[in-house]
Amino acid sequence: MKALNEMKLSFKSKSINEGFARGAVASFLMQLDPTVAELADIKTAVSEAVTNCIVHAYPDGEGMIYITAKVLEGRIFTVSVRDRGCGIPDIKQAMEPMFTTGGEERAGLGFAVMQSFTDKLRVSSRPGRGTTVTMTKQLSHND
Amino acid sequence: MNVNFSSFQGELRAYLYGEIDHHSAREMRRRIDGEAERQHPNTLVLDFSHVQFMDSSAIGLIMGRYRLMQLLGGYIRVSNVPPHLKRLIELSGIGALGVLEYKGKDRGNNESA
Repeated sequence: MKALNEMKLSFKSKSINEGFARGAVASFLMQLDPTVAELADIKTAVSEAVTNCIVHAYPDGEGMIYITAKVLEGRIFTVSVRDRGCGIPDIKQAMEPMFTTGGEERAGLGFAVMQSFTDKLRVSSRPGRGTTVTMTKQLSHND
Repeated sequence: MNVNFSSFQGELRAYLYGEIDHHSAREMRRRIDGEAERQHPNTLVLDFSHVQFMDSSAIGLIMGRYRLMQLLGGYIRVSNVPPHLKRLIELSGIGALGVLEYKGKDRGNNESA
């Protein structure tokens, strides 16, 4: 599908950038005049995806995180979050609620939140090469 | 400051402020645990009324403090969760721990600002 608008963002995998990343995507989404709930859903989903990159993709150092957001026809919004980190050996297992390799302070809910706060989630990963998470959300027609 | 405390009759209330994500949760955890270990309260209340945004890091924060209070032999309650944050709390299933307090208003008004 043709993108009506598109933006790209790249930044270091520092945890202080989590707020920047979801805020930037939320600003880009504003052109679709989203509801408060839709805006919160996208912010939360982006925050989960970016946190995964920081905690899991680059566990021993810093790497770059790349975000592409697109506005498609029919008020469809897509966000993809990509890293060049360690990759996910078993995507099915990683997506199970409560599964985490992040230690006691992580709830293991990242993918479950992305799934439930957007309409479609696609994860592709190659061990040693990186992971791309693409989320799609249909925004409501409010007029 | 992203956490303020008040305490009254064995209840330690932690007021969380702003956005809870993986970055901010670290500092909140450090401050809450420090205060809880110092005071050994009967009940730790996490007050979400001033939280504007949270992701699943907040669930990890609650679960970790739940474990801490078990170790300290006390209880934990999650209080004043704003309506727009309830969806994530419900998705997480932490209600099964019996820690959620949705109705509770105006308890412990001895706020230290």
